[in-house]
Amino acid sequence: MSAPTVSPSEGQLRRAASALRHDPLALTGAAVLVLLVVVGVAGPWLAPSGINDVDVDRMLQAPSWAHPFGTDELGRDVLSRVMVAARVSLQVGAVSVGIALLAGVTLGLFAGYYRGWVDNLLMRCMDVLFAFPVLLLAVAIVAVLGPGLLTAMIAIGVVYTPIFARVTRAGVLSVREQVFVRAAVSIGASDLRIMRRHVLPNIAAPLIVQTSLSLAFAILSEAALSFLGLGVQPPAPAWGRMLYDGRGFVTDAWWLGVFPGAAIFCTVLAFNLVGDALRDVLDPRQLTVNEARRSTG
Amino acid sequence: MKRGEVQVPMQRGSADVVAELDDLRVWFPTSAGVVRAVDGVSLQVRRGETLGLVGESGSGKSTTGLALLRLVDPTTGSVRVAGQDVTGWSRRQLRALRRRVAMVFQDPQASLDPRRTVGSSIAEPLIVHRLVDSSAARRRRVEELLDAVGLRRDLADRHPHELSGGQRQRVGIARALAGEPDLIVLDEPIASLDLSVQAQIMNLLRGLQRDLGLTYLFIAHDLAAVEHMSDRMAVMYLGRIVESGTPAQIWREPAHPYTAALLSAIPVADPQVERERRRVILSGDIPSPVDPPSGCRFRTRCPQARPDCAETDPALVEVAAGHRAACLYAGEAVRAMRVS
Repeated sequence: MSAPTVSPSEGQLRRAASALRHDPLALTGAAVLVLLVVVGVAGPWLAPSGINDVDVDRMLQAPSWAHPFGTDELGRDVLSRVMVAARVSLQVGAVSVGIALLAGVTLGLFAGYYRGWVDNLLMRCMDVLFAFPVLLLAVAIVAVLGPGLLTAMIAIGVVYTPIFARVTRAGVLSVREQVFVRAAVSIGASDLRIMRRHVLPNIAAPLIVQTSLSLAFAILSEAALSFLGLGVQPPAPAWGRMLYDGRGFVTDAWWLGVFPGAAIFCTVLAFNLVGDALRDVLDPRQLTVNEARRSTG
Repeated sequence: MKRGEVQVPMQRGSADVVAELDDLRVWFPTSAGVVRAVDGVSLQVRRGETLGLVGESGSGKSTTGLALLRLVDPTTGSVRVAGQDVTGWSRRQLRALRRRVAMVFQDPQASLDPRRTVGSSIAEPLIVHRLVDSSAARRRRVEELLDAVGLRRDLADRHPHELSGGQRQRVGIARALAGEPDLIVLDEPIASLDLSVQAQIMNLLRGLQRDLGLTYLFIAHDLAAVEHMSDRMAVMYLGRIVESGTPAQIWREPAHPYTAALLSAIPVADPQVERERRRVILSGDIPSPVDPPSGCRFRTRCPQARPDCAETDPALVEVAAGHRAACLYAGEAVRAMRVS
């Protein structure tokens, strides 16, 4: 047997999928995520009423059959707004984590593969970014670029780049010492080809885990930015913004804060459950323990 | 410093020399000091032959092989492939060189990317060097290569972990053949295989050489395997070649005490002979390549070491036609070992 690599083989990925199917928590998380995606894509059509249907006759109504999540200070249906805001959260999660993934993996690949001064330069820059509290940095970036959904996504993407760079670099450092990488060099493959075709596929597992966990944090960060008025601008709905708008009525109309808050909570929890479960099955050390158990048991 | 090998008149860069090392030194700086992995090695590999390179671990034989692909940078000396001096070549030029010289690694499991199918591993040289112009042509070539190494064609879609050790090494050999190289460096290709599989792989390699006119540098620590495979062989000790010649010359008439000791370590199948024969037991380990002994490098373990062995660094000198040894008392010392 050769030393375990950081990556699972195809068989391990298949086993990971079957392990997830038998984990009730992960299954619940996955179900919530599926629901979230459905609502995010079809929200405007599924919502019982328009998100900006102002009706002063029905303002600040408590949850009822007509309005399950109640209405806000302008008489807008909270359920509809929560549903449509799901799209914003998904969009922010996907775009900002996409930015972080692309930038972080690229930087981590180059740093880990070339080492030396490239590694030092890139990773020290990442350390500088990493040193700031996440939200403070995001706020600073939005302050420079101006508030709005797009800048919020860019800011969150930049903030989460160092994590991906570190995870990638750690994986690359161990994979690049493998004989199959030397074999690829001996064939005459270019550095870019080796990084793309040999190194990257072999560090996919930790990146998948990091992606699912980062999605949760990105959504949470967007909610915080929107709460601070730096994200989605009204009247467009966003969970964080709804929390902010509802804070003045928290004693009279609890539903204004609770339902968007619950939406954030469930989404973040779902991503974390799935992420943790993925980590459990894809983490190489964990995997060897599981395998040991299976072989002895 | 003395040359590791006496230059005899030879057809430098002539057509039948595929690869050539001239006074190659590969030193690695480490925290413990400079490791002299290869310290003055000259050799030639001629077209169509197998040159066997044998030595203990730490003797520098693998580093010598890596130097032929320029996978390690020579400290001094030169590397010539197909008549061209590749010592100073750029990274871009070296990628082209690596089509001319291919390599088969010791551990076939570790040398295949676990995430890629066997077919795509074999096809990689074809893609990298643009040797095929369509995926259909690539598929055909991969099937040819699988046929050549005696694997079923449907294994192309499997992953390495689904194969046995011997099958994996056949894949490694197929990959090395893909670019139709002038020279294949076989770095301990059988050392991590079962005994029965070792014989199969050696026979495969010999068969391929006969059919395709291949040239091998066969690196091993197993003297018997090298003798079986090689047309000429060289014995390395602590970064130097201490003896070279045909397997028959070295096997029958070793001229260097180190070679004689290696040969005497091979057990004889006849228990009667085995009980009565004299064995040369080497004491101690191979000295540190950071600080090799003065004079002859083998003197610290040589049963026939004499005072002047610490003074003079022996050059490789001819003891018979095509048979050379780096010992001040070449032949004589070995005879003395037999008598004593």
